[in-house]
Amino acid sequence: MKQAAQRGASRLAAGEPPDPGRSPGTLGPVAMATVGSRGGSGLLGATSFRLALGYLLALLLVASVVVAALFWQLGDLLTAQLRQTVASEVRGLREQYRVGGVTLLADVISGRSVPQGDGRYLLLDATGAVIAGNLTAPPDGLEIGGGGATFTYRREADAARRLAFGVALEVPSGLVLVVARDIEEQRLLIDRLRLLLLAGFATIMLVGMAAAYLIARHILGRIDAMALTGRRIMAGRLSDRLPLQGTGDELDRLAESLNVMLERIEQLLQAMQEVSDNIAHDLRTPLTRIRNAVEEALREDRGSAAYRAALEDTLGEADELIRTFNALLSIARIEAAASDDRRQPIDVAQVAREVAELYEPAFEEARIALGVDADTGVEVAADRQLVSQAIANLLDNAIKYAALAENDAPHHEQAPIQVDLSVRRRGEHAEIVVSDNGPGIAAADRERALKRFVRLEASRTRPGTGLGLSLVAAVARMHGGCITLEDNRPGLRAVLSLPSVSAPGPSTAPEARPKLLGEVG
Amino acid sequence: MRILVIEDDREAAQYLHKALREAGHVAEVANDGETGLLLAQEAGFDVLIVDRMLPRLDGLAIVRRLREQSIRTPVLILSALGDVDDRVKGLRAGGDDYLAKPYAFSELLARVEALTRRAQPEEASTTLTVGDLVLDRLAHKVTRAGEPIALLPREYRLLEYLMKHAGQVVTRTMLLEHVWDYHFDPQTNVIDVHISRLRSKIDRSFSRPLLHTVRGVGYMVGDGG
Repeated sequence: MKQAAQRGASRLAAGEPPDPGRSPGTLGPVAMATVGSRGGSGLLGATSFRLALGYLLALLLVASVVVAALFWQLGDLLTAQLRQTVASEVRGLREQYRVGGVTLLADVISGRSVPQGDGRYLLLDATGAVIAGNLTAPPDGLEIGGGGATFTYRREADAARRLAFGVALEVPSGLVLVVARDIEEQRLLIDRLRLLLLAGFATIMLVGMAAAYLIARHILGRIDAMALTGRRIMAGRLSDRLPLQGTGDELDRLAESLNVMLERIEQLLQAMQEVSDNIAHDLRTPLTRIRNAVEEALREDRGSAAYRAALEDTLGEADELIRTFNALLSIARIEAAASDDRRQPIDVAQVAREVAELYEPAFEEARIALGVDADTGVEVAADRQLVSQAIANLLDNAIKYAALAENDAPHHEQAPIQVDLSVRRRGEHAEIVVSDNGPGIAAADRERALKRFVRLEASRTRPGTGLGLSLVAAVARMHGGCITLEDNRPGLRAVLSLPSVSAPGPSTAPEARPKLLGEVG
Repeated sequence: MRILVIEDDREAAQYLHKALREAGHVAEVANDGETGLLLAQEAGFDVLIVDRMLPRLDGLAIVRRLREQSIRTPVLILSALGDVDDRVKGLRAGGDDYLAKPYAFSELLARVEALTRRAQPEEASTTLTVGDLVLDRLAHKVTRAGEPIALLPREYRLLEYLMKHAGQVVTRTMLLEHVWDYHFDPQTNVIDVHISRLRSKIDRSFSRPLLHTVRGVGYMVGDGG
């Protein structure tokens, strides 16, 4: 972008014609090619989708770890409880045996072996025949004297296979006793719990995926809309702007900043276009004049005095041309200037007074009273040269145009012409105002007056490039301020407003009285 | 004066060469940076005119090299880049003055001649004298034929600059730069009015004018006319 601008500028500086192959307002093939060529929206590849999916997976991972730990703990707890229960029952039965031998033990076991209960018992004699209990057979995988294990058995009541935990031990005189607890219910509970959790996980996964998809689609849709607008803008619809949702979310904020940038780019392009148009238009005229004058001088031999006069004219014209050219280039540069390290805090009042001091004799000679009223302590971060030049241009205009009123009426009927330069603080801004009581500018023409080369009819006959005010406008823009032209009733009031840096002090010092520098004698 | 022009554009170099010779100077031309640097190191030149953009060694680098070797020959930098940034860069590299292209030859000549004056050590004298006009730099007083002349501070500085360059033409832009520190051209002829005010104060009641206008170029304080 900037390079293109520079190329254009250097081309102009080198005196070559602007590239004819490109209509103004398009960026040319190079810029087009660098803009994202991915037309379709690869949803799975979208950052937002991947991000949402990542979050989801992380969530699931954490959840599974937590749940697994929970299950682990629960299993441990239940097993420990079972062991304890079984062990205490074994202790009780041993006691019974000690007191009443096999008979009492068998009785107690039979008494406890109710079908609805959880207790499972089996008392075998040395031959393996059942003495008492509600287990049909000695369970597999249960070691006698071991630490206990889970086993399956068939329930007598309904022959259903169920899970139990228990121990087998030897009772003296060769008997074998099995004491167990049915844990089928617990197993079912845990199974159901597991199923529930898995279903939950699956649901989270599905909903999450769907949400990620929707979010991604929404964001991608908006980004695609932006990209599309971007491509449209590239294709030359420079006044298009990125769509906003109006929610003020981050995408909106992004779009807003991009829109500001687009605004700036459009301005620059317009400025470039204007410059080239104007150069084409305004420089052609004096060039043609020079050429014609030289040709005419060459056509007939009129002696050296005539040649000399023709050459002097040519030199004058060429100088004028160079002045215009320099003014144009410096405006273009100011407008293209980004952040500027030449900005220093300057006291606007002092800068204004210095410029006024430079101009004061010229005003006196033009019989115009110049009043200066500048509040001290108003500081802006600015380039002193440029601000001085802007003020100088405003004073140039005042001196040139305020005096035009004189041409319209006999001199003795004229009110004395008065130009005032003032510096004020207005909130966050420093205002530099140059006002006169001359003919002013019609409301319709004020906007145009700020444009390059626009020389309103009244001033056509005056010297000057017609670039004075556009330089002021460029300086204002560069510093983040603005220039406005207002009606001074009568006359013109040009207000150059620049963002100030210092804290508001006392508004008007008593000694800041308007003082007339050049009283008309 | 012996002047070295380091300029790669042969036509521009030729033009300068010829114009400087016609103005009574001896000029040599180098068409690229390295040759220019070698010639400049031989000393014997009173002023160097160096273009900024040169093949093989750019203008600012030449000036830096020379200054590193303590060669203090005054340098006028020519550049197609005319804004304040480039001027600052040029002066920082050790240039003494800076002129943007395209320039009027009269402007260049005035600046080159002013440079040679500046190259000589400032006389320790605290007074500047031209004819019967005396400027006392300590007391900030100006007298002509013994009569005190009251000047405004800016008029005093204007006269001081002109008298420092007595006998040399000083252009309007030089005055704007050195007396006002402005690097832009006002569209109104502000300098001329300041000069005519100054003239009315120092020349008015005397038969012999000291402040001369050089048409199309600028002004000169001198006892020659």
